[in-house]
Amino acid sequence: MSASHGQKGSPVNASSKEPLLIVEGLRVAYGGIQAVRGITFHIDAGETVALIGANGAGKTSTLRALSRMLDAAGGSVRYLGKDISRLPPHRLVREGIALVPEGRGVFPRLTIAENLAMGAFTRDDKPKIARDIEHVFGLFPRLKEREKQLAGTLSGGEQQMLAIGRALMSRPKLLLLDEPSMGLAPIMVQKIFEVIRTVAAEGMTILLIEQNAKLALETSRRGYVLESGEITLTDEAEKLLHNPKVREAYLGE
Amino acid sequence: MDILLQQIINGLVQGAIYAMVALGYTMVYGIMGLINFAHGEVVMIGTLVAITVITLLVGAGVPPAMAGACGVVAAAAVCMIIGWSLERVAYRPLRNAQRLAPLITAIGCSIVLQNVAMMVWGRNYMTFPPLIAKTQFEIAGASFTSVQVLILLVASVSMGGLLFLVYRTKLGMAMRATAQNPAVAGLMGVNANRVISSAFVVGSALGAVAGVMVGTYYEIAHYQMGFMLGLKAFTAAVLGGIGNLAGAMAGGLLLGLIEALGAGYIGDLTGGFLGSHYQDIFAFAVLIVVLMFRPSGLFGEKTGDRA
Repeated sequence: MSASHGQKGSPVNASSKEPLLIVEGLRVAYGGIQAVRGITFHIDAGETVALIGANGAGKTSTLRALSRMLDAAGGSVRYLGKDISRLPPHRLVREGIALVPEGRGVFPRLTIAENLAMGAFTRDDKPKIARDIEHVFGLFPRLKEREKQLAGTLSGGEQQMLAIGRALMSRPKLLLLDEPSMGLAPIMVQKIFEVIRTVAAEGMTILLIEQNAKLALETSRRGYVLESGEITLTDEAEKLLHNPKVREAYLGE
Repeated sequence: MDILLQQIINGLVQGAIYAMVALGYTMVYGIMGLINFAHGEVVMIGTLVAITVITLLVGAGVPPAMAGACGVVAAAAVCMIIGWSLERVAYRPLRNAQRLAPLITAIGCSIVLQNVAMMVWGRNYMTFPPLIAKTQFEIAGASFTSVQVLILLVASVSMGGLLFLVYRTKLGMAMRATAQNPAVAGLMGVNANRVISSAFVVGSALGAVAGVMVGTYYEIAHYQMGFMLGLKAFTAAVLGGIGNLAGAMAGGLLLGLIEALGAGYIGDLTGGFLGSHYQDIFAFAVLIVVLMFRPSGLFGEKTGDRA
């Protein structure tokens, strides 16, 4: 890694103003092929930000680098003023970052209840964990009905609910969502996004990575458009929704 | 009839020992897809450590049962350290290597452990000191000993303890989650290295207990005893479905029964051509048949449910 750490010396602004997450010049490469070519973006505390783009634009690579499932080839990732680009992956959740991975990644041979308990793996406060499980069941009543069932027996949509619920169980400060609509029936997509909006309204900071640009922008405050590994456009989500280029390329108009 | 019951009793005892060793293979395989071929040698070292400790203590006037308990604890401690070190030194650096590299390393470790044992304990057969008075019981014409009862008892308690660990504790849940999806388990905050180390340590402890059982049962031990025992326990794990705990237990018991019944009846079946000393062929015939017709084993997991 050839990350630049120029950040450390720079004067610190009033900490309340600093974004929760600052990504600068992030690069991801597989062998010689650059999937992400030095992207820069930030997320303020409490906002939902969409990262949209076509298949292969580098969205999932970006998220994998953020969540430390792979090493970045360069750039820096600062979270709460701290460089997290070299933390081992299992430390991230302790810092308050939770990822809902692409394809859900539920543990198929653990029960729903156990999957949720895994989400709270780093916590020890049993009464609060129990309360949070009830909170998740409140968001997704379907999960409560199937509490003792193995997660592998759930439908794709239910697994997505479980994956989101599991991520919430760590009480994150930052929630990373990778393609939550992927492979789901439209009605299920609506339900999932309803919950995402509810969680956002409760004050959660969310980075939403989506191929479904319309839905993502409707759910977010701001958006970034990723094309061939570079951010080509950024604006308030509302404005991106009405941007002719975005409408043509991503909204199918 | 009495020979049938007799062989069933013998088979269950032998099978319980196989099951204890098979669990060590299956735990490691279940979590990281590695066949730790050195596990049989870990069991052998457990037996030899126990002999040394028990002989010393008994010589110093400690009652045999108490000495036996100390022997088990010492064997478990040494085996846990060896298991942990094997993973740390030999397998971890090869975590991302191609599959053949850790396999060959495992065989190498096995040879190293055997030779170390030979240097420490010598090449002669050693007598395992008796731990409890060997009383004989009889039921319906079949006889069994207090040693056999003790082996079944200790095996049941150990395996029950393992199931509790895996299905009722947080570490166990982390182990199961890591086995199913290591990357996502990491996202949940699970340190995969720690989980993998625990699998080696717990498997080695079970192996040490099994080693003391073998010693007590056959009253003899040798630095090469781990090879055949390991191979058969591995067969038991494959028979049950490698990676599956219940499978290793069932596979162990089943293999013990198949061997005992096979040995009991092979003379009749072949008209006296083959004697009971051919019992080893049953274990490997089972391995071949399982690999041919049901490679995922009896309890083998279908691959379809991976989300």
